[in-house]
Amino acid sequence: MPPLGILLPSLVNGLLTGGVYALVALGLTLIYGVLHIVNFAHGSLLMLAMFGTWLLCTEAGFDPYAALPVMVAAMFAMGWALYRGVIGPVAAGAGGGVRQDRAILLATLGVAVVLDNFALVLFTGDTRTIDTPYAFDVVPVGGMLISLPRLISFGVALLLALALWAFMTRTDAGRAIRAVAREPDGARLMGIRPERIFALAYGIGIACLGAAACLLLPVFYVSPSVGNSFVLVSFTIVVLGGMGSFPGAVIGGLLIGVTESLGGLLLGESLGPIGISTVFIAVLLLRPTGLFGAAR
Amino acid sequence: MPLVVLAGIVLAALPFLGGSQYLATIGLLTAASALVGQGWNLAGGFGGLTSFGSVMFFGIGAYTAAIIQTRWGINPWFGLPAGAALGGLAGAVVGFAAFRAGLRGSYFALVTLAFAEVFHVLSNSLALTGAGLGITLRLAPGLGNFQFLDRRASYAVMLALLVLATALAHWLRASRFGARLVALRENEDAAQALGIDIVRTKTLAFALSGAVIATAGVVYTQTYLYIDPSIAFSVERSVEMLLVAMIGGPGTVWGPILGAIGLHLVADTAQAWIALPGFAAMLYGVVLLAVIRLLPDGIAGMFRRA
Repeated sequence: MPPLGILLPSLVNGLLTGGVYALVALGLTLIYGVLHIVNFAHGSLLMLAMFGTWLLCTEAGFDPYAALPVMVAAMFAMGWALYRGVIGPVAAGAGGGVRQDRAILLATLGVAVVLDNFALVLFTGDTRTIDTPYAFDVVPVGGMLISLPRLISFGVALLLALALWAFMTRTDAGRAIRAVAREPDGARLMGIRPERIFALAYGIGIACLGAAACLLLPVFYVSPSVGNSFVLVSFTIVVLGGMGSFPGAVIGGLLIGVTESLGGLLLGESLGPIGISTVFIAVLLLRPTGLFGAAR
Repeated sequence: MPLVVLAGIVLAALPFLGGSQYLATIGLLTAASALVGQGWNLAGGFGGLTSFGSVMFFGIGAYTAAIIQTRWGINPWFGLPAGAALGGLAGAVVGFAAFRAGLRGSYFALVTLAFAEVFHVLSNSLALTGAGLGITLRLAPGLGNFQFLDRRASYAVMLALLVLATALAHWLRASRFGARLVALRENEDAAQALGIDIVRTKTLAFALSGAVIATAGVVYTQTYLYIDPSIAFSVERSVEMLLVAMIGGPGTVWGPILGAIGLHLVADTAQAWIALPGFAAMLYGVVLLAVIRLLPDGIAGMFRRA
């Protein structure tokens, strides 16, 4: 067991990263909860958003945090277009039941393959980072030195999660989304058009990635394959928290951030990543409804 | 269909007629794709068990071959049965755990992905697998060593395995076991009501799939004499086998072969056209989307309707 002086900062770091993970997972869980789609392209869309942010910062001189509203809008448009252009038509064309489930899963996989390799063509396989004047600034907290950009990202991520929750519970659009998630036919009778709501929900889910990308980039790198590492992480969070559960995604995000950080510390650099996959498998095999999900 | 088979035989024999190593390499790569695609098809096509992590079997086969000869001095030919057995065992264990927990559809796809990642991490950390460095085989060409300088020999081995795997698919289509598998793909509740043991049938199919895919890994190691974690357990290869089966026609006997030929035609044409890394793979994704939208039964389904 490492001494507390190493364990505690590692724990805090994991928690801070977990906040951004939670935002990524919120998008995924929203899409699942409303559309009942397992969005396998989630990691690749995050990668795309990170490259978008990277371009804004290096080419247009944006600060990554200032790029956030731009990226949220851009990724919302991307998600909306993707649903209207690819996923919606596939879902409509595949009939229903098991076949539809598989067709949609494979369509999101196809989107992931296209995006990953599109990025490879455009940007080559190099890893890229951005330079910010505050990248290495630290804040002393209770005898520990906490990275400032991580702290900012954590705070902004939780604020955005709160804003999303307020949007879902307090606005008409949010209520319409929840109505469609619960009872699509009933919502239709109330004058809500489910197809528009699906595109809206998918757009919002992907917009979360635009925000997450801006929060990640000051402390993370981007490469065309970076999405792969986020796919398993975000699905683990969503499954752990319960598919479709908002509080589950947030708490799951924090837990997985800590798991990852402690896994790296206790098991070492090469064996550490096994923690996430093990949690994922264990939850799916032993408690598929997650910590906060209702029994299926 | 006989005409197609004849064309296939001519096509398969082509690399042997000329002395070209280039043609043999293309044949080897195409046959390798077809073999893993056929392996994936046995469970993913006939049984509808969409796996996103079947590369774990390829990696297990590849490492089995490397480990038994470099660590324990066992004859490399023994790698084929040993790799197939271990691949089958992994399929049985992973499948049993997943199916007993009632995982299906997307959940099954994700759990297989996670298992593949576990194998990836393990091979990257264990001394037995050479950790991040991987395992390099000593160059010792010879029939007895299962190492060939002539690519045509490797191609012949891959082709023989492909014929075996396709015979297996052919048997599956006509057998009672295959009928049970298709029945539960189409309607699991109805199949269960008819007394089909779902967990057992699916587990067996996944094990079979694992055994076949593992043999491709063994031949990979014997051809390139090197294996490391990122080659053995890459997500891309999991996607490739799925693509081959989905494009060719899932749940058909000849689909994976058609899919592999189609995919390599696309890849080689793309390579000649725009030789940027990622461009061919990007087209794979486009083809997958097009197939899902326009040809849900793949190329083989097109023939059937005509």
